[in-house]
Amino acid sequence: MAVMTVLQAVNDALHHAMGADRDVVVLGEDIAELGGVFRATDGLLAKHGPERVMNTPLAESGIIGTAIGMALYGLKPVPEIQFLDFIYPAFDQIVSEAAKMRYRSGGQFTCPMVIRTPYGGGIRGGHYHSQSSETYFIHTPGLKVVVPSNPADTKGLLLEAIADPDPVVFLEPKAIYRTVKGEVPEGDHRVPFGKAAVAREGADAVVLCWGAMVHTALKAAALAEEQGWQVEVLDLRSLVPLDEEAVVEAAKRSGRVVILHEAPRTNGFGGELAALVAERAFEWLRAPVLRVTGFDTPFPYTLEHIYMPDAKRTFKAIERVMTF
Amino acid sequence: MAPRRHATPAGEADLGLLRVLRDDGSSDRSLDPHLPPERCVELHRRMLFLREFDRKMLGLQRQGRIAFYGASLGQEAAVVGSAACALPGDWVFPALREGGAALLRGMPLRTYIGQLYGNSADESLGHQQPMHFSWRAGNHVSLSSPIGTQIPQAVGAAMAARLRGDRTVVLAYMGDGATSEGDFHVGMNFAGVFRPPVVLLCQNNGWAISVPVSAQTASETIAVKARAYGMPGIRVDGNDVLAVFAAVSAAVERARSGGGPTFLELLTYRRLGHSSSDDPSRYREEGEVKEWERKDPVDRFRKYLLRRRLWSARQEEKALAEIGAEIQAAVREAEAAPEPPLESLVRHVYAEVPAPLEAQLDEVRPAFRAGGKAEGAFPL
Ligand SMILES: Cc1ncc(C[n+]2csc(CCOP(=O)(O)OP(=O)(O)O)c2C)c(N)n1
Ligand SMILES: [Mg+2]
Repeated sequence: MAVMTVLQAVNDALHHAMGADRDVVVLGEDIAELGGVFRATDGLLAKHGPERVMNTPLAESGIIGTAIGMALYGLKPVPEIQFLDFIYPAFDQIVSEAAKMRYRSGGQFTCPMVIRTPYGGGIRGGHYHSQSSETYFIHTPGLKVVVPSNPADTKGLLLEAIADPDPVVFLEPKAIYRTVKGEVPEGDHRVPFGKAAVAREGADAVVLCWGAMVHTALKAAALAEEQGWQVEVLDLRSLVPLDEEAVVEAAKRSGRVVILHEAPRTNGFGGELAALVAERAFEWLRAPVLRVTGFDTPFPYTLEHIYMPDAKRTFKAIERVMTF
Repeated sequence: MAPRRHATPAGEADLGLLRVLRDDGSSDRSLDPHLPPERCVELHRRMLFLREFDRKMLGLQRQGRIAFYGASLGQEAAVVGSAACALPGDWVFPALREGGAALLRGMPLRTYIGQLYGNSADESLGHQQPMHFSWRAGNHVSLSSPIGTQIPQAVGAAMAARLRGDRTVVLAYMGDGATSEGDFHVGMNFAGVFRPPVVLLCQNNGWAISVPVSAQTASETIAVKARAYGMPGIRVDGNDVLAVFAAVSAAVERARSGGGPTFLELLTYRRLGHSSSDDPSRYREEGEVKEWERKDPVDRFRKYLLRRRLWSARQEEKALAEIGAEIQAAVREAEAAPEPPLESLVRHVYAEVPAPLEAQLDEVRPAFRAGGKAEGAFPL
């Protein structure tokens, strides 16, 4: 198995998918010669040609709208939106069209496509290069939403997304694009949707998280260990469909739950997870469910290190549930 | 209100190229706006200022003192020649490369540089990435990263100005890439239908990051798009400060006197990478850049001034020294400003800070005192 970064795993998965199936095409801004502003699509143009690797004009509604048309016709488009923050010109196409085509037509027309886009903070990019707005898409029935936290899952989830019969929003944690490395299986490696992964075991409390925040949770768990507390880190990986059983079982195991995400607190996915735990694991709880999140503000530029949940802030929440 | 129609102007201004300055520094007498000498010198000084400013800021960026910078090097004539046409009360909706328009219209240099540092010298207290200047006193509206959003907004501001009976004109800037966004077409259509006092300025610098304008649109020119929206389009040599000034001042006059919107394509070239984090060698030939270096807008206008004996090498040297000192002093002052206070995180989200938001701050107060840096930071 080769050791790769998250970014290389994206690239590897795209090369594999395009090699295996001629119906897979990629399109987006700056994805051809440049290989994407992060180089996620590097080498695809040279290998697969301009008909299947399309630099588009600067128009997200055009990228997603045409991708929908391609998907309706039978291709498997993998459009890239340069930053999640720039997805909104395509919002209508995604939430009103891609998400609802199957439902509207009683299953006659479908939109199997994968919208890849980098999300999240920690790169000093200000609010238009840092947001985590997964909730908009989670809140749209008809879309699947997945977020890898390591290279192997990146490849496995991306190939699974490309094979999926429904539209998938594939959120790539740009802050760890190049910093997190790991072994990635060769060939058609798949990670099924709807299966959370235990990133670290621990019987005293659990941190529910996804994407780049998994690494923050792991650091916080290490701080907790210094206090003698064994903290589980549950990497949800797929937010829709959600591995409800894994969440409920983890809550029951320790009875102490901390939820960690970058997105603003109010109506963040953490609220949904807390409700799930309250509904199905109430009797097992030994402390209130706590959230560690971004603020209910736009994502700031200078004070991003305060806005972004870090290991210390996460540890404080763990400490609170442990000492409740 | 029923929209009034106007006739498409005769001629092919949207397919040709308006040029006043020739390469040798002479000018086309019939098109020369015949600016008074001191006005010419002023335009040159402003272009010199922008060029020096870019150099200094790129230097700061390389030293890691500011995190990001988007230069307008090579596009000075388009920025200066157009912004110089606005009156103090006029409004500007900029894109990435027109921060200089605010500086030229009087935005204090220290605040401008403070924005690049994102510290407490910045009016928005570090809320935004560098280059996202706002300057209320000059009606210079905050740049937004999402491309093209400012275009319908500018049209709306112009509609408001007319409704109020003000003689305000609105300048709306955009890049060539922006003309692909839906907001461009929406904004152009509204401008054509409502005919407010707006001047729409597209700096066609040949590239949108790695995408050449030839892959951005199949249209013969960008200016010609204006025809379909029922307004005049004019294609101008954007490296010719006199041509830019002549065309934009005519459009501004037209708008101010109730003549409706104009769309201008300013043909220029982005000589550097897209931003401080781009590597253009991956997608374009160095030869193309060299070719445009020969069409340098500052050199071209300097030749004109020298020819007319309005400027000398000594004056240039003196001006550069003054500009350098002014920038250096402002950098020193801005750099010395402290980080924004913790409370800046929750300020200006709403007119008043809601109580629950105030409470969220308490969670991080201890961490803020201890200081810290972003985890996993890397340059953009
Ligand atoms: C809606 C949106 N999509 C994508 C981007 C990323 N992006 C930033 S600048 C840029 C190219 C802009 O090109 P152009 O309009 O020609 O302006 P220039 O940079 O050449 O001045 C792109 C694609 C963005 N900022 N906003
Ligand atoms: Mg451009």
